Amino acid sequence: MPNITNDEVDVVVVGLGWAGSLMSIELAQAGLKVRALERGEDRSNADFTYPKPADQYAYGVRNKIMVTPKDGALTVRHNMQSTALPTRQWGAFVPGTGVGGSGLHWTGVLIRPTPTDIKLKTYADQAYKPGVLGEGMQIQDYPFTWEEIEPYLDKFDKICGLSGNTGNLQGRIVEGGDPFEGPRSSPFPLPALEDTLNNTMFAEAARKLGYHPFPNPSANVSRAWKNPYGNQIAPCNYCGYCSKYPCLNYSKASPQTAVMDSLKRMDNFDYRTNANVLRVELHADGKTAKGVTYADGQGNEVFQPAKIVVLAGFQFVNVRLMLLSGIGQPYSPLTGKGTIGRNYAFLSVGGSTLFFKDKTFNPFATAGATGQMFNDISPGNFDGPALGVIGGAKIHSSQATGTPIGTALPAGTPEWGQGWKEGMQDWYGHSMKVSISTGCMSYREHYLDLDPTYKDPWGQPLLRITFDWKPNELKLQQHLRGIVGDITKELNPDSVSESYLDMDSHWDITKYVSTHNVGGAIMGDSPETSALNRYLQSWDVHNVFVPGGNAFPQNFQANPTALIGALTLFAAQAIKDQYLKNPGPLVQA
Amino acid sequence: MKSTLIRLLLLAALLALVAWAVSLWLNRSGDASAQMPQPITEQLIDKGAYLARVGDCVACHTSHDGGKAFAGGLGIASPIGTIYSTNITPDHKTGIGAWSYGEFERAMRRGIGHDGSALYPAMPYPSYAKVSDADLQALYAYFMKGVAPVEQANKANGIAWPLSIRWPLAYWRALFSPTPETAAADALSIDDAQLQRGAYLVQGLGHCGSCHTPRALTMQEQGLDERTGSYLSGAELNGWAVPALRGMPHWSEQQIVDYLGSGRNSIAAVAGEMKDVVANSTSHMSDEDLLAMAVYLKSLEGTGKGEYQHAPQRSQATIAKLTTAKDLDLGQRLYLDNCGACHFVTGQGAEQVFPRLDGASVVNAENPSALIQVILAGAMTPSTERAPSVLPMPGFAERMDDAEVAELASFLRHGWSNQASKVTAAQVREVRAALQHH
Repeated sequence: MPNITNDEVDVVVVGLGWAGSLMSIELAQAGLKVRALERGEDRSNADFTYPKPADQYAYGVRNKIMVTPKDGALTVRHNMQSTALPTRQWGAFVPGTGVGGSGLHWTGVLIRPTPTDIKLKTYADQAYKPGVLGEGMQIQDYPFTWEEIEPYLDKFDKICGLSGNTGNLQGRIVEGGDPFEGPRSSPFPLPALEDTLNNTMFAEAARKLGYHPFPNPSANVSRAWKNPYGNQIAPCNYCGYCSKYPCLNYSKASPQTAVMDSLKRMDNFDYRTNANVLRVELHADGKTAKGVTYADGQGNEVFQPAKIVVLAGFQFVNVRLMLLSGIGQPYSPLTGKGTIGRNYAFLSVGGSTLFFKDKTFNPFATAGATGQMFNDISPGNFDGPALGVIGGAKIHSSQATGTPIGTALPAGTPEWGQGWKEGMQDWYGHSMKVSISTGCMSYREHYLDLDPTYKDPWGQPLLRITFDWKPNELKLQQHLRGIVGDITKELNPDSVSESYLDMDSHWDITKYVSTHNVGGAIMGDSPETSALNRYLQSWDVHNVFVPGGNAFPQNFQANPTALIGALTLFAAQAIKDQYLKNPGPLVQA
Repeated sequence: MKSTLIRLLLLAALLALVAWAVSLWLNRSGDASAQMPQPITEQLIDKGAYLARVGDCVACHTSHDGGKAFAGGLGIASPIGTIYSTNITPDHKTGIGAWSYGEFERAMRRGIGHDGSALYPAMPYPSYAKVSDADLQALYAYFMKGVAPVEQANKANGIAWPLSIRWPLAYWRALFSPTPETAAADALSIDDAQLQRGAYLVQGLGHCGSCHTPRALTMQEQGLDERTGSYLSGAELNGWAVPALRGMPHWSEQQIVDYLGSGRNSIAAVAGEMKDVVANSTSHMSDEDLLAMAVYLKSLEGTGKGEYQHAPQRSQATIAKLTTAKDLDLGQRLYLDNCGACHFVTGQGAEQVFPRLDGASVVNAENPSALIQVILAGAMTPSTERAPSVLPMPGFAERMDDAEVAELASFLRHGWSNQASKVTAAQVREVRAALQHH
């Protein structure tokens, strides 16, 4: 039982990453008293001055700014018949913690889903004959239109100083950008980052094969930027310490560089760190929340009363808190009933490394989000229905950074000792990658629930993931492997090493993919098939809002941050315009 | 012989007595019994709050170790010992709550304390003498009704007898500080309204000259307005070279407005003592007032000393050298390894974010101590309403030894179009020691 009770606030925000910081500033600007609770430590620009982050072992290998497995462990299994085991070190994904959350260590690729991606179910029903798509697939539409969400995507682009080429300005296709992107209301705020040699080679080859490459839309900004909150983001210097690192140059949009300094100036906002929320407390009727209980750093349980509760932690944290607090019905894959835990999805990556004896790629002038990609293989834009697969992929090339641990070497090079050293001497700076990042559909038997065995240090059950690859995703990989193969032929390297899933591959939790975990508390039109309505409001407990990747009904090929930012801003606007005037369900079920 | 000595001593005592008596007369300036001539309204309090920002009262009248606003207790080093600022909250017992308007007026504009004694000129009353009656009344309204009273007794000053005798200060004041009456007459000499407003703010509440005007041997500022050529011609403060503000030939009006209003502009960011001035004072001022100050500063004739001249060929040569990065000397290499990430090979930095080094006054100052201090200890922009971002520059004290810092600073001072003397390891050692001492 809590032994301390705080003063009541209008809004308590759980987690201070992208979703939490955006929700906090938007609601504080509306005059509400907002308090954020962050389980990790406080972090600001001053903690990451040059050259502190330039340390591959600390940040890249030892995950210095990620949540520790002890504090963030999950259990994982491939199917309902097996027993899940806990994650004892991070592999496939690396959830963050602390102020900034995963928004501090993201790479900074800020690309939007397409209008087809947000109406995928409608598209599938129109384009695919019944029975073509695998059994148990339960993809859904997002509960809003492109026109409704676009202004919020646009606002988030400006918050981040999005750098790149415009592809579709208000319906007009613009040369140099992505012709498959949805119409945007305003052009990219900033020009694209500079290209590296591999980018140019890749783009030329792709163009020759009929694809439409464009510079990665980037939140590593190309010019000094002052965003709508007045926060400043510095021009990128291409040092390469991006993914898994805090930016040492204040050049990557993050809660720190884009939101926090404005937020900290507001008298009606404050935040507590080392405040680990254990559960949302509900009123007796279960229809509204009265606040949250958290464990502080001194071993106290503290009750924080609030009129509105925003769960803005990482996807896993949000879903688990809903399950632990009895918000909504837990999902059951057996009956298909219940919604909390439904539609968990991950994503797959793959690619080819091309080695060139006579070409020198400069690994010391690159950023996480430099690169070129094309979006031709996205739903509605390729022959998916004929192939019998749905979903798509970004196909892209980025210059790897100069950090030496894990440098790509040709197949057969020893992994240590004299042979490895010789391989490094011969091949360091002589390879480039062509990569794929795919979408991932949701399925009836892929879900999140509470583990029956393993518990956290507070005695609460860990979250359990049940997930594996399905034929649709594996077939898509084979198709993409072919496309990358064609590009590789065009580039004609001395040798190639490939890394793709086979048709009999299973999900490997030990190898890094990306931290784009989605679903589990998804948004939708019906409380039967979704946990949240279009405003990220719980169907069951109307003063609980849950922004984050948890709201995605399935995973698309684009990186998730753009839509997470937009959904959060969309929900904040609804709270300000509608909920405050008339607290209650904003959508009638 | 003996009687001569006695006579001399007696004469000295008599003279001292006369001097003391005259000082009492000098301290009778103003009218301590004057009452506030207008009612205190919310509007007047708000105006006073704004003017208190302009005067930066909070800077000296608040202790830096977590002291309450305006409750005093900040130690201010002076050549004769430490002077502690006083409690100016409206607490009746320990603050100024029991002061009449006349007493407030005398302290602000005439340097005469509540008890009739002379104030130390650590209180910039020679500048505040220029404050208008209307503004002074607003300030009084704010300090009586807009500030929370704090009971906190004033600290005794750390000044030894006989230097602690205050009455001779009345002579200092009579010699060096204008009276409100003469100050008001002087102000009329400018006829442009904006220029007049700018002069009023810069010379009066802004008291810019306190740091930016050199002082005479007797510690008064060499001039209090544009009629003196050395007014705002730069000085030195705690080892920092304080730049001249006359004419500011290298900055536009907008750059001055941005710098004062947000702590940064398209080519520079604030550091040193000025950071607190921006955070506590100028960033709270209106665009209109900041522009008036900028217009006034630009109207002053420049000092003509060491003014930076952009030399495109020299700048290009440095850029080319750093870009090819071949056969670098130590200073150039250290620049690339430590500074280039933000300030770039061009030395141009980035607008509003990373200061420009090619042409920066801190780089080119005759006295390199401020530059050395920034390299060693770093700097950090203040969070202001107009620019909330706190952008830190790391200190490099741990990464470079004295000789390396000297090489780097020397490179900066002759790289691009910069032209200033070399820096020695001994100079760096001195600044490093001073930093460790703090």
